[in-house]
Amino acid sequence: MGEELLTMGNIQFYFYQGAIVLSLIGLYIVITTDNLIKKIIGLSLFQGAVFVHLIMLAYIQGAGPPNLRGEGLLVNPLPHVLVLTAIVVAIATTALALALIVQTYHHWGSIDEGDISQ
Amino acid sequence: MLAHLPLLAILIPLIAAPACVVLQRLFPAWIPALGATFLTFIINIILYLHVLANGTFEYTFGGWNPPWGIAFSIDLLNAPIMVLLSLISIVTVFYARVSLEREVPKVRHPFFYSLLMLCVTGLGGIAATQDLFNAFVFMEIAALSSYALVGLAARREATFASFRYLTIGSVGTTFFLIGVSYLYMLTGTLNYVDMALRIEGVESSRLFLAGVALIVAGLAMKIALFPTHAWLPATYSSAPIAVTVFFSAISVKVPLYLLVRLYFDVFKSGLAFVSFYLDTVLVIVSALGIVYASWRAIRTTDVKKLLAFSSIGQVAYITLGVGLAVPESVVAAWIQFFSHSLTKGGIFCALGCVIWHHERTRGVCHLKDLNGLSQRAPWVAATIVVGGLGLIGVPLTSGFVAKWHLILALTDLSQWYLLAFVLLGSLLAVVYVGILIEAMYFTPATEDVDAAAKPEIKGIPKTPMTMIFLSWLLIGATLYFGIHASGLTSLAEDAVKVLL
Repeated sequence: MGEELLTMGNIQFYFYQGAIVLSLIGLYIVITTDNLIKKIIGLSLFQGAVFVHLIMLAYIQGAGPPNLRGEGLLVNPLPHVLVLTAIVVAIATTALALALIVQTYHHWGSIDEGDISQ
Repeated sequence: MLAHLPLLAILIPLIAAPACVVLQRLFPAWIPALGATFLTFIINIILYLHVLANGTFEYTFGGWNPPWGIAFSIDLLNAPIMVLLSLISIVTVFYARVSLEREVPKVRHPFFYSLLMLCVTGLGGIAATQDLFNAFVFMEIAALSSYALVGLAARREATFASFRYLTIGSVGTTFFLIGVSYLYMLTGTLNYVDMALRIEGVESSRLFLAGVALIVAGLAMKIALFPTHAWLPATYSSAPIAVTVFFSAISVKVPLYLLVRLYFDVFKSGLAFVSFYLDTVLVIVSALGIVYASWRAIRTTDVKKLLAFSSIGQVAYITLGVGLAVPESVVAAWIQFFSHSLTKGGIFCALGCVIWHHERTRGVCHLKDLNGLSQRAPWVAATIVVGGLGLIGVPLTSGFVAKWHLILALTDLSQWYLLAFVLLGSLLAVVYVGILIEAMYFTPATEDVDAAAKPEIKGIPKTPMTMIFLSWLLIGATLYFGIHASGLTSLAEDAVKVLL
């Protein structure tokens, strides 16, 4: 298991690639920008990319939804649950970060990391 | 009742968290917090005694057995950590009752206790759980409440330090999550025991290597291992002192426990290839971290930052012992784990007494504020000195027991370069503790601190006994474990028997 999912032609493969590209863009924004709000946008992108990756774990080609009446192949319900939990955590992180940015602006009069560090 | 104790140890602080805020009209916010931490402490002691007598205690949620359901498992490795966690949280609640008055606006006090209880919940959960994703969620609970705890301080550096901590911490936990999802891809399970079984046979897979690397990197950010330590000094120095006591004593230790647990219990089921790289990286990073952090500690004039850098160095001793991965070195690491918690917690408690007098500095303590402390507050100064000796590893302190075991392990392995790094670290510790002693004992007080020297004249109240007593409690514990060395050693040996 695992390795064979990472072969060309499998639809999951493109999603995994996309998730990696997105997460790298997100991480790059977090590291390089000075603007605190843009940093949080980058962080959300980074976390969102991981969620895309997690959701694609559940996908099985031709499988139905995992409910009680489902028959035959069903997709894996566990990653959905994980992603729901992780989304809640990510929202809490973003909310707290924005609250801290408001406080920072209130105290320092700027939301630029370069200005504040001086 | 006994069957549900592991759950209660997590649930009680979780219930106390909203109670601190909601019931603030009925009674002061520290009462629910204190009640919850005391109950948790008693529960954790009972659990530890139970585990000592009967071996591993497994708790399954809703009666679903482990591979399907989530399980908590209490064994000789994590039971002492949970006891330590609840002990430190009792200390923090008592301490905060007094120290918050000067540092945090009155309206925010209930939120402080509420966040502290959430943090205790998260850390307890990380310690107890047997499920990787569960560990991630608990880690986020602990992390989010930690960010907010730092931001509570009234000074303006605190909000920005908290924001930085948040960005680095969130990137760390997200790395951890990617690692968890890779391992889930590979094994189809999240339970530690089940995963360890299924990893056998696929350990050469690139997916496994990537997953392990990401998990270790994520946890390294949480425990402020050398190259990812940037958040820690700013956080420690701008947080309210009660928060610093809590963080330095337990907050970075619990993710370290998780690293050790995953490292030995899950990843290492006979895979030479990964452990070669992991061990080498951990050892090199720790050795560099010991020297770099101690060097930075010498160069700083902010006492809280000095102690924070010292924390980074001291935690690197633990990861060094873990990275060497032989039973003797892991025993040394585990002794250092408990020894450093008590020592650093005690020093910060004592430092809080100094900061308490300097309202104008708003919680910052420079080296010159320590000048002449031996005359103003001889007992506080003595406590800091004894704690400092513990950091160096002088005999009769628990720090000595840890360093001694580590040095014995290194000579057994003939790792002479590493031995040099460890000794150099201790030497640098002598220097930064020396800087503190020089300021406290050999430099006369400047005029503006003279105001605090004669409290009765200026109408400044004396340092509250609670704060001094708590620092004695923690430093006294390090002395006790330094003299009665077999206690801590047998605890560590029991823990290592679980692992190796």
